[in-house]
Amino acid sequence: MSFEDWLRQERLPHIYCAGCGNGTIINCTLAAVDSMGWKKEETIFVSGIGCSSRAPGYIVTDSLHTTHGRALAFATGVKLANPRLHVVVFTGDGDLAAIGGNHFIHACRRNIDLTVVCMNNQIYGMTGGQGSPTTPRGYLSTTTPYGSAEPAFDLGELAIAAGANYVARWTSFHVKELERAVKAGLETPGFSFVEALVQCPTNFGRRNKFRQVADQIEYLKAHSLLKAKRDRMIEKGETIPEDMFVVGELIRRNRPAMGLVPAEAKP
Amino acid sequence: MTRTEFWQGNIASAEGALAAGCRFFGGYPITPSTEIAEHMAAKLPKKGGVFVQMEDEIASIASVIGASWTGARAMTATSGPGFSLMMENIGYAAMTETSCVIVNVQRGGPSTGQPTMAAQGDMMQCRFGSHGDYAVIALCPASVQEMYDLTAKAFNLADRYRVPVFLMADEVIGHMRERIIVPDAVEQTGRPAFVPGTPPFKPAAGSLIPGFPRFGNGYGTHVTGLTHDERGFPCATNPGLHAALVQRLVDKIESAAVELADFDMINPGAEQVFIAYGAPIRTVQQVLHDRPDKKIGFLRIRTVWPFPAHALAFFKNAQKFIVPELNLGQIAREIERHTCVPVVSVPKLGGDLHSPKELAAILEAGA
Repeated sequence: MSFEDWLRQERLPHIYCAGCGNGTIINCTLAAVDSMGWKKEETIFVSGIGCSSRAPGYIVTDSLHTTHGRALAFATGVKLANPRLHVVVFTGDGDLAAIGGNHFIHACRRNIDLTVVCMNNQIYGMTGGQGSPTTPRGYLSTTTPYGSAEPAFDLGELAIAAGANYVARWTSFHVKELERAVKAGLETPGFSFVEALVQCPTNFGRRNKFRQVADQIEYLKAHSLLKAKRDRMIEKGETIPEDMFVVGELIRRNRPAMGLVPAEAKP
Repeated sequence: MTRTEFWQGNIASAEGALAAGCRFFGGYPITPSTEIAEHMAAKLPKKGGVFVQMEDEIASIASVIGASWTGARAMTATSGPGFSLMMENIGYAAMTETSCVIVNVQRGGPSTGQPTMAAQGDMMQCRFGSHGDYAVIALCPASVQEMYDLTAKAFNLADRYRVPVFLMADEVIGHMRERIIVPDAVEQTGRPAFVPGTPPFKPAAGSLIPGFPRFGNGYGTHVTGLTHDERGFPCATNPGLHAALVQRLVDKIESAAVELADFDMINPGAEQVFIAYGAPIRTVQQVLHDRPDKKIGFLRIRTVWPFPAHALAFFKNAQKFIVPELNLGQIAREIERHTCVPVVSVPKLGGDLHSPKELAAILEAGA
């Protein structure tokens, strides 16, 4: 099997713009899911609203494309009502961190056994390029025409503080690392959060001096700071530049989780 | 063997749900509905069910919808402010044809209003509160017995019609205690059967309600709140398809109005006729009790939505419909829409019920 066996070929081509990074993230996620050996009938994809959240419509399993920001609350109901189902959530930065922020921290706190893949394009893509909670300070969008005045959310730190068992961050450049991180998330009981920074040439790159798709991918690569290196810099008392973001496995732990198949019920 | 209990209305609702096979409750504490959540938290785990206290009412109804797609009978309970928060996802449940039960123990509004006082101010909200056109079913209990019976019935209706069903109680009925006869078992009917290989949102010939492709059975169903075709896939810019879908969602409920109707008639030959639902039924009953001359008619309604308009025609001699409500005349306006008989709205705000004297005075004024 390969990731392609999980796609509804008849639904292609997808709605994503030329150069969009979401396809890369879906590919990596499905490759990781495929490597788990799960049955399709026991795997459910849930999403909210936005570009990222259209992904489940292209996947052959049962899937729930819900309301804006609420994917994790719907997914919580699916998982608790039937813990035998493997539930994977696709979301984006606006969906997860703005309108869905409360559900995000509470899903982390419950440490419910879901794997969440967040396609963070740092912008509202579907609605035409408005600033999001992860738009970096100073960057342009249709609602931050003089540069975003607000600091961006660090979603990984938020998930760690709120109690998630597994947190990792990579980018659309780091496809192998991302696939491994999603797999680690799928394998970890409890709440797993994998953030994938992606290029959005149509609505982010175009307004922020990334003339080519590759320019923005190059930017993501150049501004990625490996966690180990970050830790060394902190040890040496060096300052982490504001425009760098940490990539890698940010936490893996074993807090008590919800939504697991009860031990006595396992075959 | 039935048994007799002395229960609070909210407890009776929770027990009715459990008897109906409810196995998922997602909720958030709010007065005056909280006893339902508390009772479910205590009882559901012992029945192999799931109780989860979500972070808000938006998440509560979302979790209920998610659970419903796994095939579980699922419910939530709330009151005014929480009900307002649920509105978007109620529209999602209507659009995706998700069976679920929502209990609203109504309190005085708008806003935080009167948390501990009764009202019926959400009767239009439960019908029209989410954006766009859709239809739902709403039941109104007037006793602790009906809190039990109608909650159980709500699950069967939600399954049969694949629609959110509302139990529109109020603080008086939710919090009062009275004798209740608990049946041995409650009839449980299921959702329409899904035929594998057929489009999941295409009703069988002669039906307006598609079969239910439960998650986890390998049907690979895509469920979306976007306008979707019969296969379930987004198709949001086709005017004809959208019109047909929304029309079907409304028709599947409205065309069943007679079948769904649940009302009692007293003295149908009367000229002065009370029409009531929920707590005001109790006051009208007292008025009739005080005047055993059979000259006063009474239409007591349990299914408020779809509104049983045909019931009005049974009162052939009616000169006046008198409608006491704990709001400013929400259902009186609906009644006016369906009849040429003058409708006298008797609104009451503040949390007190109408007194029998108040209602009797209306009769005298019209005599």
